[in-house]
Amino acid sequence: MSYQGTAHKVGDHIDTDAIIPARFLVTTDTKELGANCMEGLEAGWVKRVKEGDIMVGGENFGCGSSREHAPISILGAGIPVVIAHSFARIFYRNSFNMGLLLIEIGDDIHKINDHDTISVDIEKGVITNRTTGTEITYPPLPAFMREFLDKGGLIPYVREKLNA
Amino acid sequence: MAHTLVQKILQKHTAQEITEAGQIVQCNVSLALANDITAPLAIKSFRAMGAQKVFDKDRVALVMDHFTPQKDIESAIQVKGVREFAAEQEITHYYEGGDCGVEHALLPELGLVGPGDIVVGADSHTCTYGGLGAFATGLGSTDVAGAMALGSTWFKVPPTIRVEYSGTMPAHVGAKDLVLRLIGEIGVAGALYKALEFSGPVVDALDVEGRMCIANMAIEAGGKCGLFPADAKTLAYTAARGRTDQLLTAGPGAVYERTVAFDVSGMSPQIACPHLPDNVRPVEEVKNVRVDQVVVGSCTNGRISDLREAAAILKGRKVAKHVRTIILPATPNIWKQALREGLIEIFMEAGCIVGPATCGPCLGGHMGILADGEVAIATTNRNFRGRMGSLESEVYLSSPCVAAASAVAGEIADPRAL
Repeated sequence: MSYQGTAHKVGDHIDTDAIIPARFLVTTDTKELGANCMEGLEAGWVKRVKEGDIMVGGENFGCGSSREHAPISILGAGIPVVIAHSFARIFYRNSFNMGLLLIEIGDDIHKINDHDTISVDIEKGVITNRTTGTEITYPPLPAFMREFLDKGGLIPYVREKLNA
Repeated sequence: MAHTLVQKILQKHTAQEITEAGQIVQCNVSLALANDITAPLAIKSFRAMGAQKVFDKDRVALVMDHFTPQKDIESAIQVKGVREFAAEQEITHYYEGGDCGVEHALLPELGLVGPGDIVVGADSHTCTYGGLGAFATGLGSTDVAGAMALGSTWFKVPPTIRVEYSGTMPAHVGAKDLVLRLIGEIGVAGALYKALEFSGPVVDALDVEGRMCIANMAIEAGGKCGLFPADAKTLAYTAARGRTDQLLTAGPGAVYERTVAFDVSGMSPQIACPHLPDNVRPVEEVKNVRVDQVVVGSCTNGRISDLREAAAILKGRKVAKHVRTIILPATPNIWKQALREGLIEIFMEAGCIVGPATCGPCLGGHMGILADGEVAIATTNRNFRGRMGSLESEVYLSSPCVAAASAVAGEIADPRAL
């Protein structure tokens, strides 16, 4: 499976209030949450994004609240992948549960600039920066997480357990 | 393997043998929690999972505290859905009206959490119960829905950072200052994926409410949980709420990733400056910051000891004319206690607004939203940009004592100088 899109860099310690401020948490609708993605970072931020684009964060991306509305709003904005230096724990777990792919690459994050065209091969664990011609490799997902993703996230996983 | 506190608790709840940090274990849970923001999504996921019944109607708690009393039609619709789900599932611990409080103050008060428990909550500050020796951690709505359906979930066994406080606590310095100092030192990602275990003579001397305040902010250092050993004080607290619990400490020879040690003697009250909880400075270095709003409340500092601390400063004084000073006792019982002790009168005489038990302003929900350019000092837990309202506003974090002194001075003030 692979992805390709324009990188949108957003910096270090992007918190869940920046991703989706509390005033938008009166809905669980993916489209509505997506329309307000990153509204706590900059008004109208989401307008710069095209379907399939890639978010690129710094250290501790997704820190703060447990609100699952955060990964949902990123998915709702049409972004299927977030690449970051590191992720906050609850956000990491929520994203996989919701089917948002996260890739943690540490200091290699500096090899990606805003607006670069990036492609990701998740089978091989390779990110290609098509703008600069550089390649970044990252360790594959742990077996448990892969199994989880293969099943389609937490909802089908629990459904299977309940029916067992 | 000699277990740290968190590993010891995980071991109690799993059939697998815990041998190393990083291992993934399936554990049964003692309690699953969601609130009015996160429960609607959890219910949606619960249905999508094909679940019919919650694993135990007495071990699911639904607390409507963030946007309640309902702030608008949308939040009322969300709460209505949760209320109907609670009725359908015959959930014992559903709270919305006059018996409702800020979840992390309410559940310990009701005796629903205690030492050795595993609590998962769709709220990041679920880690508060570590103050009572529980392994408690925030998860998302779908994870909590899974736990509500199965009564179990998976965890990656975390490595533990030991935090040791020694020395003599100065006057006007309390639990909030201890945790702000730690976050300032290790940073907002300093405990990412890890457990924080608190120890030392200063911790032993702290009351249970102070321990909950510290555990509450473990997440602000990125921590999975923050834990205190359960000692005689813990057992007295939970026994008063109808529980029978046992002493709980880390195993002898437990292996820690590292130890962070502080001598608190001579320490000043600490302030987290905008826009991250690790931007911490001693109060004397934060000069001439005029404030428009003061908030005393939240799951961090809305307990009776916090209100007493604020009242001690406000007694016989007036808050500055230009400062909206909002006091939110965290539960109805705390409210009643504050009334009995005459604290509510002190707050009203000083010119404060005393509100209902709600999370409201902490997350920029309602009842205390900041306009462009406004500045607040709050006893809450986060000062992210735009957290309490406008993206152009600023939030400083402090203890109730410093917040009250700042309300009187009209600018961030050192209570030692009053």
